Amino acid sequence: MSVNYGSRRVVVGAHYGMRDWLSQRITAVLMALFTIVLLAQLLFGGPLGYDRWAGIFSAQWMKVLTFVVFISIGWHAWVGMRDIWMDYIKPAALRLTLQVATIVWLVGCMGWAVQVLWRL
Amino acid sequence: MPEMTKQRPGTMRLVDAVKYRLPPAGVVSILHRASGGLMFVLLPFLIWLFDVSVTSEVSFETFRSTFNAGIGFLPAWFMKLVVWALIWAFLHHFIAGVRHLWMDATHSVSKQQGHSSALITLGLSVLLTLALGLKLFGLI
Repeated sequence: MSVNYGSRRVVVGAHYGMRDWLSQRITAVLMALFTIVLLAQLLFGGPLGYDRWAGIFSAQWMKVLTFVVFISIGWHAWVGMRDIWMDYIKPAALRLTLQVATIVWLVGCMGWAVQVLWRL
Repeated sequence: MPEMTKQRPGTMRLVDAVKYRLPPAGVVSILHRASGGLMFVLLPFLIWLFDVSVTSEVSFETFRSTFNAGIGFLPAWFMKLVVWALIWAFLHHFIAGVRHLWMDATHSVSKQQGHSSALITLGLSVLLTLALGLKLFGLI
């Protein structure tokens, strides 16, 4: 442990655990609240067909809330998947590759979801 | 001391890990991971479902027929099974997450509470998954 830089760098976390911990909980609360709001709209308001389902997401406030939740999903999943890679994948090159792939995957998904949401 | 060092089993591998009998809290924990990973992998499928269900009346028919007649080479029952797995993953992840937040907020962390809240988490998620499964497969 005396030399911990360059090729001898011990690859561990980047020491922002508190920020990850907190952001994962804040995004979790946002997603939980969204679930309750969506469930309340689904359960009350008559038979559920295309019109009512699409109508729920056509309200501007619901669009904004859903957008925030999409970003929350991406952020939350990033922290979680990064934890999984850090726990199980030890070779630094493979871990970095998987982390980059995770970011690409999540950002791609967020882009698609936002496109679907805002063309309604 | 050298004798003790020799007896150390070394790095734990997955085959060693599965030999352990986990307490309920450990089961909740690993399933929290597994369910999160599953939802991460199936995220494009979820967005696709959102896409076809809200975009138009025509696409909504695709959404419906996915679960009535199947899609592509995938039969309807298989699509329902995938959605059922996602329902379980969401419920487990949600309830286990609320358990986490509750423990963070109240600091009420004891072995006994961890045990009983883990059992509640498992029971509730399985029960709700079964109930929604009956609904999904049209049995009730």
